[in-house]
Amino acid sequence: MTVQLNLLSSETCDEPQSSIAPRPMDGRLSIESVGKIYDPEGAQVVALHDCSIDIEPGDFLAIVGPSGCGKSTLMNIIAGFDNVTEGRVLLDGQLLASPTAPPRPGSDRVVVFQNGALFPWKTVLENVMYGPLVQRRMTHAEAEERAVDLLSRCGGLDKVAASYPTQLSSGMQRRVEIVRALINEPKILLLDEPFRAMDTVSKAVMHQHLLQMYRTCRKTIVFITHDLEEAIYLADKVIVMTSRPGTIKSTITVSLPRPRTPQMALGKEYLALKAQAIASVHEEAKKAFERGEREHA
Amino acid sequence: MNTSWWASRKFWLMWAGYAGAVTLWYASVKWLPIDAFNRIPDPWTVILEWLSPNPAFGVSIFTPKYYIHIFYSVYRATAAFLLAVLLGVPLGILMGWNRTFDAYASALIGLLRPVPPLAWVPLAILMFPGIEIAVIYVTFLVAFFATTMNTYVGVKSIDPDYFRAAASLGSRPRDVLRHVIIPGALPSIFTGLQIAMGAAWFSLAAGEMIAAQYGLGFLIFEAYNLIQFPTIVIGMATLGIAGFLSSAGIRVVGNRLMRWREQSHELKG
Repeated sequence: MTVQLNLLSSETCDEPQSSIAPRPMDGRLSIESVGKIYDPEGAQVVALHDCSIDIEPGDFLAIVGPSGCGKSTLMNIIAGFDNVTEGRVLLDGQLLASPTAPPRPGSDRVVVFQNGALFPWKTVLENVMYGPLVQRRMTHAEAEERAVDLLSRCGGLDKVAASYPTQLSSGMQRRVEIVRALINEPKILLLDEPFRAMDTVSKAVMHQHLLQMYRTCRKTIVFITHDLEEAIYLADKVIVMTSRPGTIKSTITVSLPRPRTPQMALGKEYLALKAQAIASVHEEAKKAFERGEREHA
Repeated sequence: MNTSWWASRKFWLMWAGYAGAVTLWYASVKWLPIDAFNRIPDPWTVILEWLSPNPAFGVSIFTPKYYIHIFYSVYRATAAFLLAVLLGVPLGILMGWNRTFDAYASALIGLLRPVPPLAWVPLAILMFPGIEIAVIYVTFLVAFFATTMNTYVGVKSIDPDYFRAAASLGSRPRDVLRHVIIPGALPSIFTGLQIAMGAAWFSLAAGEMIAAQYGLGFLIFEAYNLIQFPTIVIGMATLGIAGFLSSAGIRVVGNRLMRWREQSHELKG
């Protein structure tokens, strides 16, 4: 805990070459044959079936799949918003979810939401200070100092500290939300399609921001997306999921070196990985499409 | 910020609206060949009576009686409104927050709410010692339902992601109440308060007509019985002004508490 704290305060997101955070000690996530059945009035919808994933501390994992493949369900389970009906989830050996354990969210795995969930009635600064204050980890003065510090390190966000979220662009809002998560020194950062609604240019800028944050404040990251290229570009490991029931179709290990640069997206290695991933997703998409056709015929 | 408010189009349109209404009133009373209309005082007569140091029918801005009536009405409306806020907001929050309580209370409120406030008058007089509390009770009821329902809707309409974010950041239930539920429901609560204030005034006037010795509603009805027609209009106009001012007051307080909403309309940075 203290080690991470020092990392956060001594590294800057602005000067990448000066500070590359080592792999953290905490944040090993084990998802062991997890299944989830929703049972609204006996309908027995299988959302997840036999999903197993292992994530090393500090790894960047991306989960890709068509909509409705259960990737959000999986994230809700990790976040502690939802329970499992089979299997279990462990974080550093500690039980997070099992069929008998009630779901329990916590600040050791903070979520950044698809549509953004900064509190609109709080300023940027108040939003970032919120976690440490309600957890009573810091005094008001400490929290403010730390929040301003982190905001300034992440691309000069301290300039908008007094603004309300709705006054910011969606890219800035998302960066603030990531800072609001990071200030809690979580073991895992859960990103649920955070750049979904953005245009290509903003998305590319956000990728650089995220990679820089990852490099300097390294955490285990679980990144949910439906965008294959984004997943390959950002992650160490890409998990491709299939739908109905949600299972893991394939795991792609991305061996591209870090730091990742936009030029890499033109390289041979990247293209080969993309081809591999597309083949695996395409098969799935085709199946899903055909199933849809049949159902509507 | 807006120094030239008097030069704005909106301001002049507002006065044009007032002038148009008064002209229409004057025209229909003076020139329409309908007997029933001719009995109604024209605007000029009303204003002269209202501003007269020696009013023909005993009520003007120079007579203490006028202010006694205003005082009673304002006092009752304020008491009823405060009581409605004090009870309605917590009840609405509780209903929005707790499913069990919601199921229990919503059905009850759904049944009681449609009962018109005036229908409560006889029971209220029987139930409470003294007319005063009965009138306040009838006024309170409508305001209470409006406050409760709008608070409830406000809590229900909070994006579930805010609750999840709060949980994810390590909030205890009381943090959720203070930092998510109350600020999240505030816009809707204030809409409810404005409706409640309006509803309080109209049921107050009705209550006062039936059972009271003072108040603007009583003044209007008494003037009707005594054929003091300009006084009726003075009472009505005063009610209008009082209602308008109280709603404006709520709006000002609401805007103060919800700065984040005002600012969101500005340019994005």
